[in-house]
Amino acid sequence: MRDFFTLSVIVATVASGIRLATPYLLAGLGETVGQKSGVLNLGVDGVMQLSAFFAYWTMLERGSLILATLVGIGVGLVMGAIYAFVTVVLQAQQGISGIGIFLFGLGFSDLMFRRQVGSPRPVPQLPEYGIPFLADIPNVGDALFQHNLLTYFAFAAVPVLALMLRSTTFGMNVRAVGENPQAADSLGVSVGWTRAFAILIGNTFAGLAGAALVLELGIFQPNLTAGLGFIAVALVYFGAWRPVGIMSGALLYGLVAASVLQMKALQIIPRSASDIAAMAPAILTILALIVLAGRVSAPAALTRPFSR
Amino acid sequence: MKRLVGASIPLMAAFVAFLFGAIMLLAIGANPWEGLQALVSGAFGSGDRIAATAIKATPLILVGAGITIAFRASVVNIGGEGQIIAGALASTAVGLSFDTLPALLFVPLLLLSGVIGGAIVGAIPGALKAYASVNEILSTIMLNIVMVQLMNYLLRGPLIDPLEVEAGTRIPQTERLPDAAALPVIIPGTRMHLGFPIAVLAAIGAYYLLWRTPLGFRLRAVGHSPNAARAAGIDVKRNITYALGISGSLGGLAGAILVYGSEGQRMVTDGSAAGFTGSAGFNGIVAALFGGLHPLWTIPSSFLFGGLLTGATNMQRALQVPAPIAVAINGIVVVFVVSSGKVRTRLDRFMDARSELNES
Repeated sequence: MRDFFTLSVIVATVASGIRLATPYLLAGLGETVGQKSGVLNLGVDGVMQLSAFFAYWTMLERGSLILATLVGIGVGLVMGAIYAFVTVVLQAQQGISGIGIFLFGLGFSDLMFRRQVGSPRPVPQLPEYGIPFLADIPNVGDALFQHNLLTYFAFAAVPVLALMLRSTTFGMNVRAVGENPQAADSLGVSVGWTRAFAILIGNTFAGLAGAALVLELGIFQPNLTAGLGFIAVALVYFGAWRPVGIMSGALLYGLVAASVLQMKALQIIPRSASDIAAMAPAILTILALIVLAGRVSAPAALTRPFSR
Repeated sequence: MKRLVGASIPLMAAFVAFLFGAIMLLAIGANPWEGLQALVSGAFGSGDRIAATAIKATPLILVGAGITIAFRASVVNIGGEGQIIAGALASTAVGLSFDTLPALLFVPLLLLSGVIGGAIVGAIPGALKAYASVNEILSTIMLNIVMVQLMNYLLRGPLIDPLEVEAGTRIPQTERLPDAAALPVIIPGTRMHLGFPIAVLAAIGAYYLLWRTPLGFRLRAVGHSPNAARAAGIDVKRNITYALGISGSLGGLAGAILVYGSEGQRMVTDGSAAGFTGSAGFNGIVAALFGGLHPLWTIPSSFLFGGLLTGATNMQRALQVPAPIAVAINGIVVVFVVSSGKVRTRLDRFMDARSELNES
């Protein structure tokens, strides 16, 4: 255990914790915007698997990180348009239709991977850039200011989304249709379009999260997410529908995961314990849900389809 | 006429899903017509294949019937995967602790331990929902993740076959379970074992429970309106726990059947839930929805989806189309069925009761 508490190990653990937090953060932020508008999207995990595969495939075929990231975003947009159609126009029950999206993503990414790629081949990972000056601070710089662009983007999105939800007209409309769609409608806010845009934003973030996951790993395998997208949905409850709360939760999950990996590498914990440690995010989530139940309140119209 | 329209919705959903399936086949450069032929002949083409389809349908019937019970009490059970694993682990642990017993005693004992394992893992989110207002959709999904890792830990560590350790191969599987524990084959010459009729009986039992017993009446009353049920003196919290517990017990039974009906007669993991369950915990949701959330309709509906799974395996052999296409098609079926009017109305009613429950 003493090996773990050396400066270099702690710096490495914090750095990898922040990197591991990125997909959680991106997916959780997107889900927050959707849920604020009253739409639960349980399909995040499926969208992430789809975007992860297509980003990976693009990397294999074209070798361009920018193109791969754009493809990930594109997959998110397409799935967002589908989910908006299903939940806003057809008014399908949200929890279950999200499971449908999840199954489609799981199956289709697996199908495409086996058919088009076959066996996993590594692709170049996202390069890391130091932020000028800040990255030169000893230790702190390596831990906090030496990351890939998607990680920077994810953390930069926290204040931007918080501000958007709080102060812009669109953000206020999102909150209004999530709390009281009838009242918003009577004031001339289009509930359908507002929700559709919120869903598009949410799924775009999910698409980006899938791309970030696979491009940080540099390899794809079927069921790559292993439930990460579902935990991101739970993160929204954990973070009480506030971007800063989501960030704290994502960082906690990332740091726990990084510490486990690090302790395994240092042989502080036995290999077999890693299966037990892999339960940590799910157990943490259940405990958080127990503690938070009744203390935080969800958007009042969450999961309720709207019709005049 | 209205009834006819209602019944045709799942068929339309299936048609649309197959249309999407054809598009997927075209997209990867396979011939959809050949694909359909391989699918249908693979699923129902011979006695052997029908038996294989029935075996694939078995866990779907059980999980589907369980989901129906939960839904009728206005709770959503997405924890099928975890409950299947719980039942499989419980029955494996019991099976490993006896060298042999008379089959007449052994088989029921193992099935019962599966039921208990699943019931516990189902009742936990039920109790959390009832007594701590924890959203059961999230907690059941989280328990899926927990159970997969528990399975991986046990099969790589404490429960691993000593022979695997000796040989140094360390394949994460248990030792072969006693032959007396195997589910007997009921149609000689095929793989059709006792699991299928047990599942059918369980689905009929679920129907009987819901509509012919006081407990079922209470569950449905809670599902219609928790407030009205409470006013009538029904303990809503306890019945919510029962609903998810019973739902989970059927998943657990499916887990035990998966172990003792398997060719290897043992539990083995590839690290993922689907590697053991074949995603039956999710596919059961599809079958239940397709059957209109009625336990009896879940039986033929599961048979169809079981056919999709065996057919997809055949398609993989014949046309090199990877079998996960079945999972993708299932996803599309779910989206279409829940988007269609009649099922939507029924779901909305349960969901209204559900939010009434959350508010109270």
